[in-house]
Amino acid sequence: MEPITGAEILVRCLKEEGVEYLFGYPGGAVLHIYDALYVQDDIKHILVRHEQAALHAADGYSRACGKPGVALVTSGPGLTNAVTGIANAYMDSIPLVVFSGQVPTALIGNDAFQEVDAVGITRPCVKHNFLVRDIKNLAETIKKAFYIATTGRPGPVLIDLPKDVTIAKAEYHYPKKVKLRSYSPTVKGHAGQIRKAVDMILSAKRPMIYTGGGVILSDGSPELVELTQLLGYPITQTLMGLGAYPATDSQFVGMLGMHGTYEANMAMHECDVLIAIGARFDDRVTGKIDKFCPTAKIVHVDIDPSSISKNVQVDIPIVGSVPNVLRAMINVIRDEKLKPDAEALTRWWRQIDEWRALKSLSYRQSSEVIKPQFVIQKLYQVTGGQAIITSDVGQHQMWAAQYYHFDRPRQWINSGGLGTMGFGLPAAMGAKFAFPDQDVVCVTGDGSIQMMLQELATMKQYHTPVKIVNLNNGYLGMVRQWQEFFYQKRYCMTYFEALPDFVMLAEAYGHVGMRIEKPGDVEGALREAFALKDRTVFLDFLTDQTENVFPMIPSGGGQNEMLLAERDEMVSTHDEGMVLL
Amino acid sequence: MNNNNRHLISILMENEAGALSRVANLFSARGYNIESLTVAPTDDPTLSRLTLVTSGNEQIIEQIVKQLNKLIDVVKLIDLSETDAIERELMLVKTKASGEQRAEMMRLAEIFGGRVLDVTEATYTIELTGAGGKLDNFLRAVEKDAILEVVRSGATGIARGQKALHA
Ligand SMILES: Cc1cc2nc3c(=O)[nH]c(=O)nc-3n(C[C@H](O)[C@H](O)[C@H](O)COP(=O)(O)OP(=O)(O)OC[C@H]3O[C@@H](n4cnc5c(N)ncnc54)[C@H](O)[C@@H]3O)c2cc1C
Ligand SMILES: Cc1ncc(C[n+]2csc(CCOP(=O)(O)OP(=O)(O)O)c2C)c(N)n1
Ligand SMILES: [Mg+2]
Repeated sequence: MEPITGAEILVRCLKEEGVEYLFGYPGGAVLHIYDALYVQDDIKHILVRHEQAALHAADGYSRACGKPGVALVTSGPGLTNAVTGIANAYMDSIPLVVFSGQVPTALIGNDAFQEVDAVGITRPCVKHNFLVRDIKNLAETIKKAFYIATTGRPGPVLIDLPKDVTIAKAEYHYPKKVKLRSYSPTVKGHAGQIRKAVDMILSAKRPMIYTGGGVILSDGSPELVELTQLLGYPITQTLMGLGAYPATDSQFVGMLGMHGTYEANMAMHECDVLIAIGARFDDRVTGKIDKFCPTAKIVHVDIDPSSISKNVQVDIPIVGSVPNVLRAMINVIRDEKLKPDAEALTRWWRQIDEWRALKSLSYRQSSEVIKPQFVIQKLYQVTGGQAIITSDVGQHQMWAAQYYHFDRPRQWINSGGLGTMGFGLPAAMGAKFAFPDQDVVCVTGDGSIQMMLQELATMKQYHTPVKIVNLNNGYLGMVRQWQEFFYQKRYCMTYFEALPDFVMLAEAYGHVGMRIEKPGDVEGALREAFALKDRTVFLDFLTDQTENVFPMIPSGGGQNEMLLAERDEMVSTHDEGMVLL
Repeated sequence: MNNNNRHLISILMENEAGALSRVANLFSARGYNIESLTVAPTDDPTLSRLTLVTSGNEQIIEQIVKQLNKLIDVVKLIDLSETDAIERELMLVKTKASGEQRAEMMRLAEIFGGRVLDVTEATYTIELTGAGGKLDNFLRAVEKDAILEVVRSGATGIARGQKALHA
């Protein structure tokens, strides 16, 4: 076999992995790789306008279609720009393979031009990383990277490639399989534990199913739906889990946590058996740990043992992958014809319906000023609930989660763990690459959109028509809300005294811009925008500047200590509530 | 249980650049205690053995073990505090040793099974091995201002009996 260069090996490996899109940005250290990309067209390279966007786009692509996202950046500033995107994927367990250029091996450690310690900088925010010093290890390292990124609890893997390695030559051999003696995730749940869990689940008088991103990552939605309907139990989902169980089904009681529904949080607080599936008991969900589910026995299914009993001690841990474990549970229940306690369940549902009757997501409509919630409701109607929605970070993110009812997994794409403003737009672009025929919407805010605005140019270049719904309140609204509640309305640095004309800006990038100022125009504008099938449309909705997200559990509060819209006095509650934002 | 117990954790890991940093990083990033850490290659040159001493309540130790196992470079680990194990640490101590102190210091070293490795007219350099507690006791037994320098290797350990940690 003819020896080929490292750059060529890289391209061949990507082909072998079935990589369609490579999101990247060139620079000196990766020029050999770009040269190898030039002479082929199997892998489509997407030239973003900032490396962070390359990562977010690869990430959005992966969240939309389930395949790993792949990105390529140059050494030094290319890599440091990418770090936010890597950390974002890490926090939400998204499988990415990231290639970074590095100075030639002989110069490593010399403070060479555009040298940074890429593996050092990224170590805390990758699932694993590699520095390839020898061309002979390149292909196998790439195979390992894809394997590690996509199995077990997924996550980003970085491969740092010194420039000399990309030009050195070796025979190409891509291993069919890799085995790592130190890595073999447990996929199948322990039968004894599953049996015990089923008994506990069926003994419940006030059961609650709480699921998260793990169901989506593992494509476990069919099993979740089957089990939940077999049991007839109420189900709530985290921000990351939305869509795994259809939001329009009556067993779904809404999202839980800081901005969850009243019924979801109350049911969590009062339940006697909690069935946690692919969720990690994040502090935005638990509130104050000592007050979390005070009367519940807990079953927890997770593929990562370190997610189990990390924040909350559980009674029955099951390490395994969601579809496998749930399938095994369904089998036990069906085979043995087990039945939940119907009478207790009826009583429990009656209680939940009382909580539901409070309508905690109601808001006061206005004929003068556009309510942000109203925009999302109209968006839901106009898209028939079918669009892929990506979001940035802030109030608009919460409203999108609360008022767009996601009925299928991978329909809702947002940054939960890191909460990265700027994620939404490049993620929408990535999702559009994965599903060119579907409507993709980026719900954003006036603050967030300005963090990755330059990607409008990329979207023009590659023709990825996305609808941008900007809930423009002139504020860093989420932070303003905290200042209103906990800092006696001292709005320090949350008001934008200058905002660009987003309509002109969209047009400057070659897209369509629309400004909507009246509630009566919301629906018409959305319809007009979606009728422009092949255009990116920036819809700038001027919304109520003072609207807040409800319900809200101030951090440090218990699950049953919710602030509800226009019912409670907003007062600075717990000191602990001041700690997190 | 909120007792902060001392744990001796022994790790078999890939002998690769960066593996040690991954372990050290984990402890600093997650705010875990790390009292000592030793590392060296094993008879199998692809593996190294890292031993560390940490402390925390049961829940913290459980997380530490899980987080360590999650590192791709960690092949296997054992919490030696949970089994019957031998713990050893090497300590080199330079002490004052002049006049009456000389005989006293020698006697103390002997009691603790130490060896004098180097002698000058005013100092002794003593080598001691043992579990951490024994070395602490030695230092406590020596007059404070007689100690000139202390070098400790950090604890290592191995399980008793037939139990052996290998890849
Ligand atoms: C402004 C803002 C407000 C927020 N408010 C809320 C809120 O009100 N409510 C809320 O819920 N969140 C909220 N979040 C999000 C929150 O920060 C966390 O990101 C989120 O709660 C975590 O979701 P999760 O538990 O589903 O975990 P994820 O981060 O999705 O983790 C997935 C879990 O599943 C496991 N897993 C992965 N693969 C598998 C598999 N194959 N089988 C089994 N398990 C698997 C993983 O090990 C992990 O434990 C907010 C975020 C922001 C930015
Ligand atoms: C990169 C980054 N910087 C800062 C924050 C803190 N933060 C969280 S929400 C928010 C305000 C977002 O404002 P905007 O995008 O206008 O959304 P709104 O809350 O007004 O809907 C800020 C600054 C963050 N999450 N990410
Ligand atoms: Mg705003």
